[in-house]
Amino acid sequence: MLRSFFAESRKLRRPTLALSTLLTVAAFSILFTSIVYLRLKSGEPNTKMGERINSDALSQYIGLVYGFKLVSFFVEITALCIFASQTAQEYTFGTLRNLLVRQPVRMKILAGKFLAMSLFAAIMVAFTAVVTIATSYVLAGKGGVKTSEWTSSAGLHLLAQSYGNILLSTIGLGAMGMILGLLFRSPITAISIGVLWSLILENILVAAINSTAKWLPAQNIGNIGEGGTPSLSYSHSLLISLLYLGVGSAIVGWLFQRRDVAN
Amino acid sequence: MSQLAISVSHLTKKYGDRKALSDANFEVPLGTVCGFVGPNGSGKTTTIRMLLGLITPTEGTGTVLGESISHPEKYLPRVGAMIEGPAFYPALSGAENLRVLASLGGINQSRVTPLLERVGLADRAGSKYKTYSLGMKQRLGIAAALLPNPELLILDEPTNGLDPSGIHEVRELMRDLAAQGTTVFVSSHLLGELEMIAEYLVMLREGKVIYTGTTSHLLASQQPILVVKPEYEVDLPRVIAIAESQGHKSRILDGEAHITSDADWAAQLNRLAFEAGITLASLTAVRPSLEETFFTLTEKVGE
Repeated sequence: MLRSFFAESRKLRRPTLALSTLLTVAAFSILFTSIVYLRLKSGEPNTKMGERINSDALSQYIGLVYGFKLVSFFVEITALCIFASQTAQEYTFGTLRNLLVRQPVRMKILAGKFLAMSLFAAIMVAFTAVVTIATSYVLAGKGGVKTSEWTSSAGLHLLAQSYGNILLSTIGLGAMGMILGLLFRSPITAISIGVLWSLILENILVAAINSTAKWLPAQNIGNIGEGGTPSLSYSHSLLISLLYLGVGSAIVGWLFQRRDVAN
Repeated sequence: MSQLAISVSHLTKKYGDRKALSDANFEVPLGTVCGFVGPNGSGKTTTIRMLLGLITPTEGTGTVLGESISHPEKYLPRVGAMIEGPAFYPALSGAENLRVLASLGGINQSRVTPLLERVGLADRAGSKYKTYSLGMKQRLGIAAALLPNPELLILDEPTNGLDPSGIHEVRELMRDLAAQGTTVFVSSHLLGELEMIAEYLVMLREGKVIYTGTTSHLLASQQPILVVKPEYEVDLPRVIAIAESQGHKSRILDGEAHITSDADWAAQLNRLAFEAGITLASLTAVRPSLEETFFTLTEKVGE
């Protein structure tokens, strides 16, 4: 499995993937965090869903991770795309046959791949945290936000907790992407279905029937990144996410193990 | 230890009602260059994929380097393979592509550079795979197959896309490897090339093995041919008529009459043609090449 991990890591660290992903994440991190701080004095909505957060709230210890948490869903969707494309491209490039000749134990290839992509996700989430926090510090003064509470023990504890939750959530949506990649064996199909489902279809369902949020995969995986909400508890989301990902992994693992590699 | 590199018994692969390979039985001795030939769709790649554990046989068994094909993890570390053309990551360089496979196979990374030199890609090692020509991609595929320093090398059409000097290099490479004790199992449509290097042959047609054995035995078992060229091409049908009236199968090919017969009959044919007023510009007795033999055998099965 370690060999598969190192092989996959070589592919993930290619500049076209690693640099472009980090640059995109940085751009979105700066954009979303800037909107929060630069619109503080305007009195207009400055955060997600047309809501508003003021400078007093941001001056509390939560201000440290506010931007980070705001951008987390974008990072999670990015992970879904990367996990799906890195998995499905083995079929479209025809490289799976090379991999299986060098590592015939198929589950080791999957496990190593997942581990390497999870490490990539960990780096991406950490980078997002650094960029959003740096942007917050730079813009705090402009919005009249005090930062003294941010480095309190409560602030640092929240940072660690948020990092852990967002990472779990990112790996969770990534795993969903990997499952779709193995199922459809085409990066475009896997990414399209994954993004369409997570960003559009689930939200339409929730808007129509609010109670469905408790049972939908992307809603629950995303809720882990939020650390839970009053309407959807953290432990419930963790359990539902594990169920979805567990069943999905078992199905695609079985298919991957048994399918003929004929392309 | 088994003296066979490959042995398959009643190997069959069905896709629905269609049999891609039907009840195949053949053996490949260790240390030989074995040609694996057959028309497109005859089941060559299916067989190779089963030998490499990529697809599961519907029926039958087999061994590779003495291990059952149901446990490819036991023999694949000693096998190098290029299946149905090269397949690599377009955004990675040639060298980086090999390093990915070396990492996965637990192969020392120091093998990458010498192998790229060996296949003539040293100066383009750092270029992205997507910028390679077809011939360069093929060479990288061969380098990847050589990564584990294999005891058995399985190559599926390794000369596709190569220019004549590239084809010559691949032929020499296979000869060198065989001289060092590597068994080479190679499928190719270039039968002339195979005739030069393959001591052993497995021939398929429509999913069935139609010949397995030494190349020399196959060629020796074929009837020689008299290749006849009359002075005037209009006399070709008359030459054919003379040969057939004496019970010899004949046909016109590229402006010459090809008559299945022993060389001893050449003098009589010359006499009969002279009596019929035909002057022969050339009359040569030849052994059929592997290509001609291949066509004869595959046509027979199809009849």
